[in-house]
Amino acid sequence: MPSLKDLKNRIGSVKNTRKITKAMQMVAAAKLRRAQDAAEAARPYADRMAAVMAGLTANAAGSASAPRLLAGTGADRKHLLVVMTSERGLAGGFNSTIVKLARQHADRLRGEGKEVAIMTVGKKGREQLKREYGSLFVNHVDMSEVKRVGYDNARAIADDVLDRFEAGDFDVATIFYNRFESVISQVPTARQIIPAEMPEGEAAGGASALYDYEPGEEAILADLLPRSVATQIFAALLENAASEQGARMTAMDNATRNAGEMIDRLTTEYNRSRQAAITKELIEIISGAEAL
Amino acid sequence: MADTMQFDLVSPERRLVSVPVREVRLPGTDGDLTAMPGHAPTIVTLRPGLVTVVGADGSQTEFAVTGGFVEISADSVSLLAERGHPREEMTQAVYNDMMAEARRRRQAVEGKRDSVGEDVVTAAVKLLADMEALGTHVGLDPNQSTVPA
Repeated sequence: MPSLKDLKNRIGSVKNTRKITKAMQMVAAAKLRRAQDAAEAARPYADRMAAVMAGLTANAAGSASAPRLLAGTGADRKHLLVVMTSERGLAGGFNSTIVKLARQHADRLRGEGKEVAIMTVGKKGREQLKREYGSLFVNHVDMSEVKRVGYDNARAIADDVLDRFEAGDFDVATIFYNRFESVISQVPTARQIIPAEMPEGEAAGGASALYDYEPGEEAILADLLPRSVATQIFAALLENAASEQGARMTAMDNATRNAGEMIDRLTTEYNRSRQAAITKELIEIISGAEAL
Repeated sequence: MADTMQFDLVSPERRLVSVPVREVRLPGTDGDLTAMPGHAPTIVTLRPGLVTVVGADGSQTEFAVTGGFVEISADSVSLLAERGHPREEMTQAVYNDMMAEARRRRQAVEGKRDSVGEDVVTAAVKLLADMEALGTHVGLDPNQSTVPA
């Protein structure tokens, strides 16, 4: 049975914890708004890019001269996994769900006898993957200095990925990130970026026939494919940033509520033992008086 | 036919401009062109240069872009640029940034000339030259960037 003093201290410390988690929740809520706005603002560019790409790829896919970024290297041996996580923890299952998905992916590929290389973005994923897959790491992108994800960050990652592709380091690249569904739901997602995935049929065919291309379709495609890789990475980074804040907000909301429940429980216990002590003293006084 | 069309200038991070316009003059890779309402649907890649937009009231606005592409249709022009700045915001500092990027790119591809092929090197050299021309055009000095030519 803890003493009254212990209980009081305990209640004080849980109250402090609750203050901190509450503050973190509010900070995450504010950051989430900004992250969502950023993701929203980036959408027009990504949408247009996707629409134009859809038209172009539908035409080029059939031809033998299709660029390698679109058609692939013809092999499927070496895989690059780009795992995007956050720099900070305390975001519930945010990081572990991505890592789990990446791990499943890596194990499956290795089971099939393929080579796997891993590139990590964000510290947390690196820490979680290090022990098991440390030897497969090819690069790490440190985002701890980045306050706000910009297109330049995405471009830097894309350039690195593209360089490796040109050098023949891998045949297929997949990015792992959390898709932002809502504040309470983030879906870990794997998306293949190289070779470019074919868009679904319907939209593709019609759009391309309508347009003239200057310079030729192939030249435009060669110009656009690397940009499209960067755009997809940028979109993933933004979604990830929003998801991270959403996950943190939910986690901190839970923590705040749990702390509140704990305080209630401890307060009840404190009051009970205080009353027990008073009752005990009264009994002692009364039985002392009776003995006289 | 309507005498204006919708013009959007979009960067990866946000939509910069969205206004009705009478015409848009664009620096295409294969030469400059002007898009007016009723233009045939076209997709054009851009070189670094100035985009001139003539608004519905005849006022002209200029934007500096560093490449990208344009989707032209009969009633709209969508410009997707990696970087776009209104001319008044084109300061030496912004321009130095762009120059540095173009120079680094040229150095990078020249370093691996054998693996990427001559076309890519030519493209990078041309990009740099276009970038210099853009600076001279708006009255900025191309030689102040910290990355040496």
